[in-house]
Amino acid sequence: MRALDHRRPATAQEAVDLVARHPGATFLAGGSNLVDHLKLGVASPDVLVDVRRLPLDGIERVEGEDGAVLRIGANVRNSDLAAHPVVRSRFPVVARALLAGASGQIRNQATTAGNLLQRTRCVYFQDVTTPCNKREPGTGCSALEGYGRYNAILGASPDCVATHPSDLAVGLAVLDATVVVLGLEGERRIPFDELHRLPGDRPGADTTLARSDLVTAVELPLDPDVHRSTYTKVRDRASYAFALVSVAASVRMEEGRTTDVRLAWGGVAHKPWRARRAEAALAGQQITEDAVRAAVDLELETTTTNRDTAYKVAMLRNTTVMTLLDLAEEASR
Amino acid sequence: MDREISLVVDGASHAVTVDSRTTLLDTLRERLGNTSPKKGCDHGQCGSCTVLLDGRRHLTCLALAIAYDGSEVVTAAGLGADEPHLVQRAFLEHDGYQCGYCTPGQVCSAVGMLAEAKQGHPSHVTEDLDAAVELDDAELRERMSGNLCRCGAYPGILAAVRRAARG
Repeated sequence: MRALDHRRPATAQEAVDLVARHPGATFLAGGSNLVDHLKLGVASPDVLVDVRRLPLDGIERVEGEDGAVLRIGANVRNSDLAAHPVVRSRFPVVARALLAGASGQIRNQATTAGNLLQRTRCVYFQDVTTPCNKREPGTGCSALEGYGRYNAILGASPDCVATHPSDLAVGLAVLDATVVVLGLEGERRIPFDELHRLPGDRPGADTTLARSDLVTAVELPLDPDVHRSTYTKVRDRASYAFALVSVAASVRMEEGRTTDVRLAWGGVAHKPWRARRAEAALAGQQITEDAVRAAVDLELETTTTNRDTAYKVAMLRNTTVMTLLDLAEEASR
Repeated sequence: MDREISLVVDGASHAVTVDSRTTLLDTLRERLGNTSPKKGCDHGQCGSCTVLLDGRRHLTCLALAIAYDGSEVVTAAGLGADEPHLVQRAFLEHDGYQCGYCTPGQVCSAVGMLAEAKQGHPSHVTEDLDAAVELDDAELRERMSGNLCRCGAYPGILAAVRRAARG
């Protein structure tokens, strides 16, 4: 591990300025992903700007310009977010997604922003003895011919087939969340769907943020109408494993038909995959097995699979059917 | 970069100078001589380094010591300093181990897990997110899933944690 300077700025703005000033600096929050990557040699900053103790740890209702939002501070720990009463009752998809990820210990350590900004990765990204375009641009992608069970099937590029491992991110994708970012030019808000990016020919960048941009909060719209939402994760073992595929869904129904349906998938792409074509196909429809299968297949028209990933198509279809049928039943109760 | 930090470990205050790259686990074991937390995978996957950090169960292998300057650590050794803790007695009673290497982490994790449940924290297997937590076996297994036992002493561990959950 490279020699490291450790700074603890007093304010968020000071943290942003510090990272901007030092080309080798990076933010440290909970550290569950970064410290692992320091040990593996995957990350080699020379300055850690420690933001964990900045007072960004509140969960509060705020009246915003477009109505009320639940504002979640960047440093709220995953366990506290999952246990928050408003999150549990209004945004079960968030609680379910968080509780489906990592372990009790790591959820006590990992923060809201850190969870979203953990690296998009595959086993080769974490193994510095192998080529990886994300880690070292231009060296090639080992996952294309290697262990491919977790590879992306949507939006991948010839340069990178890694998937984003966050469950929380998939859950937030269906809530039309907003990410509050502090940068050198001040504060700005970006739609959640624009936080992460597809790899293209620049797989080194997981997000659209600048290096010195600090996520300070995530805001969830507190829609007066009740949306039923949940998260289903399929994995190789019952607990403490990344998703093979996962489904986040949010539904509003009136008289047996959807008035609002949102769907996002995890384990299939370099970013949480908002399935907008499938959503459009289900808009105003009854949620039936046939309708959901058709909608999923429409979304999957652009999928690329191989021997290792072909299973994900059927798994995704079945998991989406199961999740939406359950939610529709709940919504019509 | 070296820096002096202070830690309260099992009730005793320490000032220790650490390199910025030193983990909390290595600080406890190599610098303070507290070998209760164990180094298993050293990558956050096995849970054997679990302690109670500022009151909550926490890994020490993925924590840089300098980031926890001023923190309070309780290890399994500290839990049983005077007499064995309820959870430790349950592990003894139900043979919740074979080689014992993962046990200090299991014990700290169980203590932290029971406190979380008492505060009403739900888990992945909790059916009703708004209901009170009932720690049945499925809940205990899920909540303890961050601690691996390569001897496979899980039936004994489960029995011990079940016993401890009764109080």
